[in-house]
Amino acid sequence: MTHTQKRIVTNKIIMVLSTLSAVIGIGFLLWILSVLVINGVDALSATIFLNEGAPPGNENGGLKHALIGQLLLVSYASLFGVPLGILAGTYLSEYGLKSKLAETIRDISDIMMSAPSIVIGAFVYAIVVAPSGQFSGWAGSIALMIIMLPIILRTTDDMLHLVPSTLREAAFALGAPKYKVIIQVVYRGAKAGVLTGVLLGVARVAGETAPLLFTSFNDNFLNTDMSQPMASLTVTMYNYATSPYEDWQKLGWAAAFILSMFILTLNILGRLFLLKKRGK
Amino acid sequence: MATIVDIATEKALEVKNFEFTYAGADEPNIKKLTMPIAKHSITALIGPSGCGKTTLLRSFNRMHDLYPGNKYDGEILFKEKNILGPKEDLIKLRTQIGMIFQKPTAFPMSIFDNVAYGLRLQGLKNKTELQDRVEKALQDAAIWQEAKERLRHDANGLSGGQQQRLCIARAIAVEPEVLLFDEPTSALDPISTAGIEELVVELRKRVSIIIVTHNMQQAARVSDYTGFMYLGELVELGRTEEIFVTPKERLTEEYITGKFG
Amino acid sequence: MSNIIDKVFANAAKFIAIGVLLLVAWIFTVLFEHSLESIEAFGFSFLTETKWAPNLEKFGALPAIYGSVVSTFLAMILAVPLAIGVAIFLSEIAHAKIKTPVGVSIELLAAIPSVIYGMWGLFYFVPIIRDIFGGIGISMLTAGIVLSIMILPFMAAVTRDAMNTTPDILKESAYALGGTKWDVVKDIIIPYAKAGIIGSFILALGRAIGETMAVTFVMGNVHKISADLTQPATSIPVTLANEFAEADSGLYYSSLFELSLLLLVISFTIISIAKFYFLRRKRIGQ
Ligand SMILES: Nc1ncnc2c1ncn2[C@@H]1O[C@H](COP(=O)(O)OP(=O)(O)O)[C@@H](O)[C@H]1O
Ligand SMILES: [Mg+2]
Repeated sequence: MTHTQKRIVTNKIIMVLSTLSAVIGIGFLLWILSVLVINGVDALSATIFLNEGAPPGNENGGLKHALIGQLLLVSYASLFGVPLGILAGTYLSEYGLKSKLAETIRDISDIMMSAPSIVIGAFVYAIVVAPSGQFSGWAGSIALMIIMLPIILRTTDDMLHLVPSTLREAAFALGAPKYKVIIQVVYRGAKAGVLTGVLLGVARVAGETAPLLFTSFNDNFLNTDMSQPMASLTVTMYNYATSPYEDWQKLGWAAAFILSMFILTLNILGRLFLLKKRGK
Repeated sequence: MATIVDIATEKALEVKNFEFTYAGADEPNIKKLTMPIAKHSITALIGPSGCGKTTLLRSFNRMHDLYPGNKYDGEILFKEKNILGPKEDLIKLRTQIGMIFQKPTAFPMSIFDNVAYGLRLQGLKNKTELQDRVEKALQDAAIWQEAKERLRHDANGLSGGQQQRLCIARAIAVEPEVLLFDEPTSALDPISTAGIEELVVELRKRVSIIIVTHNMQQAARVSDYTGFMYLGELVELGRTEEIFVTPKERLTEEYITGKFG
Repeated sequence: MSNIIDKVFANAAKFIAIGVLLLVAWIFTVLFEHSLESIEAFGFSFLTETKWAPNLEKFGALPAIYGSVVSTFLAMILAVPLAIGVAIFLSEIAHAKIKTPVGVSIELLAAIPSVIYGMWGLFYFVPIIRDIFGGIGISMLTAGIVLSIMILPFMAAVTRDAMNTTPDILKESAYALGGTKWDVVKDIIIPYAKAGIIGSFILALGRAIGETMAVTFVMGNVHKISADLTQPATSIPVTLANEFAEADSGLYYSSLFELSLLLLVISFTIISIAKFYFLRRKRIGQ
């Protein structure tokens, strides 16, 4: 075989291997998705949304408690995390610019985005759960907020940065004060991007389990009091799936399905916003 | 029909009724183009931006095959064989027909390894032979003096003009029969440009050259033949003096006198 | 008036931004303070002691550290070649018509919560491991494999992104010399995108080592060091997930806090290496 023939053969082999790894990778992921959809749809029913948790063996168990708990946990986390994140991101993009402080905040936020979320749970346990003597919805929301903050901060920073500086200058030239320029010109210009960041941030914390395990803990019944332990879809999913009871496991799949659909929807919406913006 | 001058010498390539359609285009981007390319000469391709010069050039080494959905029709003869056939050995074709791009494209490796790249692909392993051929190529590309002290340094440390000459050295190291240049000086300063032009003229002795340029002076300075393209068609191919002094087609005249562009 | 609002706005924004830094410092401080009891009780032997026995108030972290390292290592050796393969497929082989949908699906899969991967692992993968290797199927090996599948989409997507930074014209130049796809990938794309590719792998490693839910279901939380990968094991996050809510003594808590601190320091270090050494931040636009 000549050298070039060898190269051609090697090339063929590698191309086949690459395609194969793509097939394997995607095969696994399709497997997981189909398992999720098949089990999830199978377990889905109206009672799931109407009923609270029930002891194993009781056919009427639902996920209402977990759905509402999840909604409360994520909503409160977003209620604080989103505006704080946007404001901090605004500082980086509009005031801090390339200053040492701003760059440090960027670096640390980047690292925090990939840091283990269970550690945040431990931190919140120490500062909220232990002093108050009990697990609570608040503790869970605070943990989620801490995880969400760097995500929103960094996307806001990047998205505001994309607004052309000529736009800012034009507004300044009209004599507008800086905060007005930011609110009326920069935010408006970066609306789609910031919204995408928010959606992705919310999607990310909605799927978090580990930091809730010992903050909001769990509750098998409906509770809307944030100062009490609170159910979430993710922790419920974990508890039900690892339980030996088949009806609980089934509910676990339903929770997994609902949660995944919610998160995928947020992700797809986020992408569409960005695409629409680029299309313009 | 285009006005095409008789090529006295042998032909390096012959384009016959060639059509090319990009993936997704409704109509051919190059239409029924017929054109001989003289051997051991420099043929310049000129014409307004978007007229299809690059597209034609990239057909000669089947670069378009890298992207799916592109379509060739007609024939391009190279050594009496149509290179557009589905069975064409593209690896061999590309070692016989080399290409220099609009911007210098030094690979992320040393100067030596850049020039040795094509040779190694062909299986040349012998150290002294590699050394010799690399040195020869660098000399032929008039960059040996600047490069010899730093053959093992990263090629990206060279200036733009030096990098472009390195790319030429890399292309001629494998001793191609045809060299395709796509606006090789568009990213360079005037002095580097003059150097590259000189080099191109020098190379004509060994290879047949096709050079795309948007710069008519450049075409006039370096080429033996000039083809004027417009809207995907060849309007006129003639000896360069004739094209610039006594063009036969009105469109050619209007273009070279700057009536449009 | 405008002036005052301007100042308030600017300072509020700055205050919160700095707050993020302080928060991170606070996290480290709190974890450290809560670890003190354990640090004082065990000192350095916390890291080298293999016995984790809450009933005896003895806490050695070595089995958890060992489990974290081994499961992550397993995940990496499985996921890296697959991720490179997928990335080559996406950037160089796939037809445009496949490229986009497959690429987007992979990015979306990276967004699926890890608890789902864990659940899938427990119900569908554990039985397979059990059938092949015997035992209960809950093991270090299972954890490594599930973890590799969980990080694969992220890794493949970022590797592809890194590869895609190679300018087309550079690749074309290599093709123009008669290179095959593989020649171009190994000689041009990988050297060109090296820093980005290695950076993404290290970043994935940093994430994998702190991953909790994908492994908690399938690892077993057994504090034992075994060379047999088909045995149940534990890792730092698995220990935390299983024991934090149940800890019943100050020293037990403190040991768990020390584990948390350890995990945070390890992840922080790995992610910092990826970020600062390989992935210098590039601002998009402008
Ligand atoms: N990759 C491509 N896909 C589709 N159309 C293209 C592509 N590249 C060029 N074209 C179109 O083909 C025509 C010729 O382009 P080109 O050969 O680049 O012109 P020139 O080099 O003469 O400026 C133009 O109309 C251009 O829009
Ligand atoms: Mg062109």
